[in-house]
Amino acid sequence: MENKIIKQISLFSENKPGRLANIADKFRGAGVNIRAFTIAEAGDFGIIRMVVDNPELAHEVLHETGFTVSETNVLGVEMEDVPGGLAKIADVLGKENINIDYAYAFVTKTEKALLILRVNDIKAALNVLERNGIKLLDMREIQDI
Amino acid sequence: MIEYWNPLIERMPIEELNKLQEDKLKSIVRYVYQHSEFYRKRFDEARIKPEDIKTLADVTKLPFTYKKDLRDNYPTGMFCVPNEQLVRFHVSSGTTGKPTVVGYTKNDIHEWATSLARAMASIGVGRGDIIQISYGYGLFTGGLGLHYGAEEVGCTVLPTSSGNTEKQIELMQDLGTTTIACTPSYFLFMTEVARSMGISIKDNTKLKIGIFGAEPWSQQMRARIEEITGIKAYDVFGTSELSGPLFTECTYQDGIHIWADQFLIEVIDPETGEVLPEGERGELVITTLAKEALPLIRYRVGDNTVLNKEPCKCGRTHPRIMRILGRVDDMLIIRGINVFPGQIEAVLMNIPEVGEHFQIIVDRVNELDVMTLQIEMTDAAFSDKVNDIIKLEDKVASALHKVLNLAVKVELVEHGSLPRSMGKSKKVIDNRKI
Repeated sequence: MENKIIKQISLFSENKPGRLANIADKFRGAGVNIRAFTIAEAGDFGIIRMVVDNPELAHEVLHETGFTVSETNVLGVEMEDVPGGLAKIADVLGKENINIDYAYAFVTKTEKALLILRVNDIKAALNVLERNGIKLLDMREIQDI
Repeated sequence: MIEYWNPLIERMPIEELNKLQEDKLKSIVRYVYQHSEFYRKRFDEARIKPEDIKTLADVTKLPFTYKKDLRDNYPTGMFCVPNEQLVRFHVSSGTTGKPTVVGYTKNDIHEWATSLARAMASIGVGRGDIIQISYGYGLFTGGLGLHYGAEEVGCTVLPTSSGNTEKQIELMQDLGTTTIACTPSYFLFMTEVARSMGISIKDNTKLKIGIFGAEPWSQQMRARIEEITGIKAYDVFGTSELSGPLFTECTYQDGIHIWADQFLIEVIDPETGEVLPEGERGELVITTLAKEALPLIRYRVGDNTVLNKEPCKCGRTHPRIMRILGRVDDMLIIRGINVFPGQIEAVLMNIPEVGEHFQIIVDRVNELDVMTLQIEMTDAAFSDKVNDIIKLEDKVASALHKVLNLAVKVELVEHGSLPRSMGKSKKVIDNRKI
C-alpha cells in the first residue's frame, strides 16, 4: 500500500519573470520529465508543485541550483473521465472526515483523468479510497503516463 | 583561568585608575593646545585654557570634536605632529562624504596593538592560535589593525583579507585556523560557502573563536552564529577616526572593555550634549589619552550605547560599553518612530524559522513611510501549503509590531536572493527622498 504514495516536488519561488524558465531549463538539462504540474500563487511568491518521473534527481537538481525545495507525499487517483468522476472521490473522503489540503487534476492519454491529492491524513485516505475500489497510481504508473 | 595581558593595568583599583586618567587627561589637553592649531582655536573660542582642567569631571568643560571637523581639515589639518613622524595613514571609505585621514606615529601603532593584545588575551586568544584576518586590508583599518594586535599577543596571523571565500575555507582547514576576524555578515557568508563545499565549520574545522564587528549585530545574531558554527563569537569595537578595531568583550560577553588608561569615555544626550547618568542609553563620546598624531578631544563617535562602570566579573576594572545597537546616524525614522536595524535583527533572530539574511526597504507611498522587510526562505521554514507561509509572514510582522509599534510588510524571498557581503553589509535601503 505504501508504494501508492507519490513523491511530489514542491518549491518556493518568487513571483517574477524568468523563475519558471529557470526551473524548466534545469529539468531539460537533467532529463527530468514533468508528469503533472501546478502553481499556487500568493502575491509576491508562489509554490510550484510537480509530479515528475524522477523525484530524487529533480530534488537534487533544484536544491543545487539554490531553490528551497521539499518532497511531499501525495496520492495519484485515477478517475473516470466522465461527469461525476471527481464527485465520487471527494464524497468518500468527506464521509471519512479527511480534508483535502489541495488538489490538481489533468486528463491522460487514455480515457482516464488523474487527480493529485494532498490530504491531512494520507494513511486513512489510502484506506478509504482502496476500500471503495478507487484506483491509486504508483510511481511506476505515473512514469508511464 | 582568566588571562591578562597586563594585569597591573587591567585590574588597577578604580581610584588609581581614575587618578591615572586624570593625569593623562590634563596632559593630553596641554598637548593638543600646544601642538594643534585647530584645538588652540577651538579652546580659545570656548574660553578654556588647559589649566582649567583640574579634575576628571572637568572634561565636560571641553568642547566636542565632530566628524565634520576632520573633514573640514582634510587631509592632515588636525595632526599634532609633522608628517615625517608618521609611520602610517589610514583613510575612511568616505561613503557619506569626504573621506577622513588618520595618521599614526610609531607609538600610536604600538598603543593600538597593545589595546588589541589586551582584548585578545581577554577572550583567550594568544600564542598557539592561528588567526585568520578576513577584514579588508589596505586603507580600511580593520585588517592591519587586528593584524598588529594579533602579532603583539603572540598569534600566528593568516592575513587573508576579505573575498576569495573558497580559498579562505581551504586555508582555514589546511592551516588549522582557530580564530577568525571579520564582519559577522562575511562570516555568515563563509559558512554558506563552506556548506556548499560540503564543509561544516563546526565539524570540519578547528575554528573556536570569532572576533566580529565593523557593523552592528545583535545578541540574538550572536546566539545564531554560535549555534550554527559551534564557535564563541565576540564583539569588537572601534571607529576609524580613533584607530579602527580597539576593544572587545571578555569571555563573559557582557560589554566591551574600554581601556581607561588610553581612552576616556562618556555617554551623552545627543540633543543637549549633557552627560547622561550611568546606565542610560545615549551617544558615545571618546577622548584619546595616549595618541600622538591625531588625538581627539570629546569626539562624537555617533554610536548609541550604555556605559557600565561596574568592575567586570573577569576582574578588569575598566569601564564597559554595552552592546552597540547602531550608530545614531543609522537610526531610521519611520512615521515618526525611531527604528534601529539592530532591533529588527534581534526580533528576527528570535524566530527559529527565519534565516540569517534579511533586508529592510523603506519607501514613501502617498506621503506615508512604508517599511518592507524581506527575509529569505529557509529549508526549515518551507511548507508547500500557501497558508503556512502566509502564517509565517504574519508571525514575523506581529513580532516586529510588538517591538517597534509599527506595521511592517513582510515578504519571503528565495534563498540566496539577497546580497551577500564581504565587508560591511548594507541591511537598509532607504528609497525616500527627504
